[in-house]
Amino acid sequence: METILKENSIKAKLIAEYESSKKSLFGSLLIRDNAIENFSRLGIPQRKSEEYKYVNMELALKGDYSFETNASLTSKQIDHTQFLKNAIVVVIENGVFSKDVSKISNLPQGIKISSISDASSDKIFETHFSKYADVVNDPFAALNTALSKGGVYIHVSNGAIIETPIHIIHVSSANKNLIINPRNLVVIESASQVKIIESFETVDAKSKVFNNALTEIVVEENAIVDHYKIQNENDLGYLLSTTVITQKKQSVFSTNTIILSGSLVRNNLTIVLDGEFIESHLNGLYLTNGSQVVDNHTLVDHRKPNCNSNELYKGIIEDKSAATFNGKIFVRKDAQKTNAFQSNKNILLSDDGTINTKPQLEIYADDVKCSHGTSTGKLDPDKIFYLRARGLSETSAKKLLMHAFASEVVDTIKIEELREYVEGEIAKRFE
Amino acid sequence: MLSIKNLHASIGGKEILKGINLEVKAGEVHAIMGPNGSGKSTLSAVLAGREDYEVTEGEIIFNGKNLLELSPEDRAREGVFLAFQYPIEIPGVSNVNFLKTALNEIRAYKGLEPMEAKDFLARLKEKQKLVELDGKLANRSVNEGFSGGEKKRNEIFQMAMLEPKLAILDETDSGLDIDALRIVAGGVNKLKSNDNATIVITHYQRLLDYIVPDVVHILYKGKIVKSGPKELALELEERGYDFIKEEIGA
Repeated sequence: METILKENSIKAKLIAEYESSKKSLFGSLLIRDNAIENFSRLGIPQRKSEEYKYVNMELALKGDYSFETNASLTSKQIDHTQFLKNAIVVVIENGVFSKDVSKISNLPQGIKISSISDASSDKIFETHFSKYADVVNDPFAALNTALSKGGVYIHVSNGAIIETPIHIIHVSSANKNLIINPRNLVVIESASQVKIIESFETVDAKSKVFNNALTEIVVEENAIVDHYKIQNENDLGYLLSTTVITQKKQSVFSTNTIILSGSLVRNNLTIVLDGEFIESHLNGLYLTNGSQVVDNHTLVDHRKPNCNSNELYKGIIEDKSAATFNGKIFVRKDAQKTNAFQSNKNILLSDDGTINTKPQLEIYADDVKCSHGTSTGKLDPDKIFYLRARGLSETSAKKLLMHAFASEVVDTIKIEELREYVEGEIAKRFE
Repeated sequence: MLSIKNLHASIGGKEILKGINLEVKAGEVHAIMGPNGSGKSTLSAVLAGREDYEVTEGEIIFNGKNLLELSPEDRAREGVFLAFQYPIEIPGVSNVNFLKTALNEIRAYKGLEPMEAKDFLARLKEKQKLVELDGKLANRSVNEGFSGGEKKRNEIFQMAMLEPKLAILDETDSGLDIDALRIVAGGVNKLKSNDNATIVITHYQRLLDYIVPDVVHILYKGKIVKSGPKELALELEERGYDFIKEEIGA
């Protein structure tokens, strides 16, 4: 009874926040009203919900929260979060696009970047906004859609090749507990190419920030997109990051999720292959320690024939931390000649760590090649001994082996500067 | 250099080494021969510091230090090198990076600065040539996808890079064709000096045609039952291990 009351109170607070702020929010009230209705029906997922079995969202949302989104960070404060020298920098501070500290003057031809609130009357925006995230069944997508106060809208025109990476930096900083709902829409038109990095950081935070972030990405025919998520918040960061990608005919989309820190990280990654001859690559690496909870849910939805998807998630789990990998692959009836591969490998370094791994393949077509595999083990003592027999200390032998394990994912990062940054962060993490 | 006295060792409660005595001086090459199960590989594992084996009695003194008290890495840093019978594949760890780390940790142990990059590269090139190791192999992950012969050659390459005082070659000849055997043996011979010593552990005499030992020991049922000059290996080859059994009345 008590848990229901608590859940109700969090839910009630969120709904009340919507009622009191909805007049000042951007975009269509119809979409928002519908979303809050869904949220009100769905509520905060309980532990008995299959989708949230291993991550306690109620606990993450416990306590009082503010919804204020005042941007107050100076460029000096966030300077270190801009780890790419050469990038188009978009700063989302406490869930709202911060033009002052973003670097979007002199954009290359073919790209448009604006605050999502300024884009809401745009025709293309209207065609795509909130068309892909599942607001009917996903309570956090519904909540984000109802409560979002900002984010970024990016449009890449037909045939544009944007060589400079776009770096979207989500920074959270709060003096009192905060819930934020950044919302991004990225539309990549036919035959264009773009690289997008989303990073998540906490800067000078004194209180808990619950970041319920949602990004929708539309990849039109023949477009090629590299997408990266670097999650590096501190212990005050609670992150639920939803990314929904829709791919059209002959497009190529690669995404790489690197989780380095944060109290709680839950990723919902959905890729819909809605056309023929599509290629999708999903890579992920999570390094967990302390009492961190990391949960990666991925869904690859093969809707049309002749597509390939390839997924590799790897994790190193230390201390009392807990990691979950849940990878669904749907191969629908029409999706003949699908190749879909999935692999999840884990190294468990402590007796108290937990890894839950669940591959789920639902195949309704009969002419397909699909496979999945999962493994969890300790560092191989034979390898450790071999390295020690050559003079490496036990610690550096283990470090070398952990780097080697992670490198299979890290090596797929195509932006050299980003790969070097990630390698550096991993090295720090293993110190 | 190395002095083993009355060494007893067991694994899982089963005694394998039952009182080994062995003296190796700088500049010498010793061959240890013996039938399967005589304890050859146990001896090399105990020398390298493998923790699965329990030493129940005896001592090993290496250059004045009690080897049994040292961790595997400290043994390596003191100059003990084991060429593995079955080298381990380590995907994702490049040979070069691994050797650089090993070399610099050994140097740090001796109070030396890390090696200059250009000196390291020069040594890499020189030693690669010594064991005729393809440069591409040196840059690949440690032993990953190497053939049996390439793995053995890589062991000798590592040995050349680390310049140990005592090298223990554990059945380095097994699985090698004659050309690979010549290259491996050639590498070992070129590394020989008056300051270092080599223990060659083998089942067959063949390797000893190329690496000529000063002393041959015959290991049988966990003990060295006979030692002699290099001719002993030939005798063993000719008469088989049965003659040992007869001689010691087993």
